Amino acid sequence: MKAAPYLLCVPALVLFAGVVIVPLAMTVLLSFHDWGQYKGIEPVFILKNWQEVLGDSYFHEMFARTFRIAFFVTLLAALFGAPEAYILNRMRSPWRGIFLLVILGPLLISVVARTLGWALLFGGNSGLVNKALMGMGLISAPLPFMFTEIGVVVALTHVLMPYMVLAVWASLQRLDPQVENAAVALGAGPFTVLRRIVLPQVMPGILSGAVIVYALAASAFATPAIIGGRRLKVASTLAYDEFLNTLNWPLGAAVAVLLLLALIAVIWGANRLVERRYAQVFA
Amino acid sequence: MAFLELERLTKSFGAHNAVDGLTLGVEKGEFVALLGPSGCGKTTTLQMIAGFVEPTSGAIRLGGKDLLAIKPARRGLGIVFQSYALFPHMTVAENVGFGLEMQGVAAAERRTRVGETLELVGLGAFTTRFPRQMSGGQQQRVALARALVIRPQILLLDEPLSNLDAKLREGMQIELRQIQRTVGTTTILVTHDQAEAMALSDRIVVMNQGKAEQIGPPHEAYERPATPFVANFLGKTNLVNGATVRPERISFAASGLAGTVRTRIFQGNHWLYQVDTASSLVTVIRQNTGEAMPGEGDAVHLAWEGRA
Ligand SMILES: Nc1ncnc2c1ncn2[C@@H]1O[C@H](COP(=O)(O)OP(=O)(O)O)[C@@H](O)[C@H]1O
Ligand SMILES: [Mg+2]
Repeated sequence: MKAAPYLLCVPALVLFAGVVIVPLAMTVLLSFHDWGQYKGIEPVFILKNWQEVLGDSYFHEMFARTFRIAFFVTLLAALFGAPEAYILNRMRSPWRGIFLLVILGPLLISVVARTLGWALLFGGNSGLVNKALMGMGLISAPLPFMFTEIGVVVALTHVLMPYMVLAVWASLQRLDPQVENAAVALGAGPFTVLRRIVLPQVMPGILSGAVIVYALAASAFATPAIIGGRRLKVASTLAYDEFLNTLNWPLGAAVAVLLLLALIAVIWGANRLVERRYAQVFA
Repeated sequence: MAFLELERLTKSFGAHNAVDGLTLGVEKGEFVALLGPSGCGKTTTLQMIAGFVEPTSGAIRLGGKDLLAIKPARRGLGIVFQSYALFPHMTVAENVGFGLEMQGVAAAERRTRVGETLELVGLGAFTTRFPRQMSGGQQQRVALARALVIRPQILLLDEPLSNLDAKLREGMQIELRQIQRTVGTTTILVTHDQAEAMALSDRIVVMNQGKAEQIGPPHEAYERPATPFVANFLGKTNLVNGATVRPERISFAASGLAGTVRTRIFQGNHWLYQVDTASSLVTVIRQNTGEAMPGEGDAVHLAWEGRA
């Protein structure tokens, strides 16, 4: 056996262990420590934090909210992002580049700046969004957007949409353009072509985009913190509060580790689904 | 009046005429090949018949009716694309059955016809496979079955064999010819391979820069090429003392045009010679009959029919 390849991996492994494994292990360890208002953190091994996180209905509600928001963000991103990518893909040369930039451009702007923009649009009863909706006669009274799940979902969908568009766009690139023509020649109308030919082929792209958006939405911090505020806590803002306001680091660590485990489970499950469903077709 | 008529069909991309005033009549049941070098407008012609490209001017009539007034989805043509364009997420049976499904054929009849057509192309045992699990030649057959099962008025084939290796291609040529004879579908084949066009078709259309240089039976076009382009495209030619002579028509004789063998290449069933003569370098092809042949550097005399 040659040692050189393994030796060459060592620097990268050391870096990986240093910046990922060690802090992660320390966080997991921290979640088993005790904490008291006056005594601070005590390095003992107890299950108190985990019992609290898993047993208290406050945490149940908060985690349910986190994953509910992530679910609706993912759904909306898929519903709008997939057609967006398809339209983009059918555009002609100069427009395609311009609109790709328009869609991906927001990625270059800080999430905080974009979310603050939404806060301004939502703000109060006289926010622009409410004014517009009322002006169009869609609603009669202003909707509460600030500090609500709807507001967080709308803003997060906007923030994360580019990831969905990119994932679907990538799978559209692999589509043989003649396949659509083949279906048309066999008598399929435009809607049938979309539903029976295009959609099934970009489904893996939509699913992988969904996994990315779901993971980012469930662990998002800035947007829920600004739009949701302190009244509407999600897992990441709660962990932040425990760490920096209450100073109950062990409890914060338990919340963070639980969020991580839940996300790993979701991503792993989705991957299994994609592999089992599509291995035969798109090997 | 022919079954399919193209009349002064023209397609311009900007200032460039990809297809330039092409007029062609195809009889019912006929097998016609559009033959020409890459970029001469073959695919564009086929796509105009299929309806995916709109002609700049000219007319296409099928059975006397204006085909251009009919939507591509309603033309009822069978098309085999160069890339096959199979539906990767559907099984072979689903691929082949798709056209029948679109026509609203009942499931039971659909299954029968899909089965029959797959038998016809020799894939009866592969109904549940996905395209990715099949070889290029098999995918080719699936594409052919998918086009034939709808009993198309015309079968359009765009370089259907160019993605296959040489051995497989020859086998498929014979098979394609037999299948076309069996079902009797009017067929238009696009190819840049003159051997393929001549082997398969009743008539060939030799195209150059969007124009038809010659339309006729392969044998006639080969023997009596209308233009130097056709002569060169259909096979090797020699220009000797102002006359065009095919290399296989020249033989070694006791007297005739004197020359010296420059190179001699053995190609199995024939020998390929290059002979230096006073007027030019002449290519000669002689059948390998097992007899002794002149070697490199030998002095020879060349003779051919029509030469005094
Ligand atoms: N969509 C298009 N836009 C611009 N030029 C095109 C387009 N399609 C084909 N052409 C041009 O038209 C000519 C004929 O193309 P094509 O019909 O594909 O040739 P062939 O199939 O004989 O190789 C080529 O010069 C090609 O570059
Ligand atoms: Mg072509």
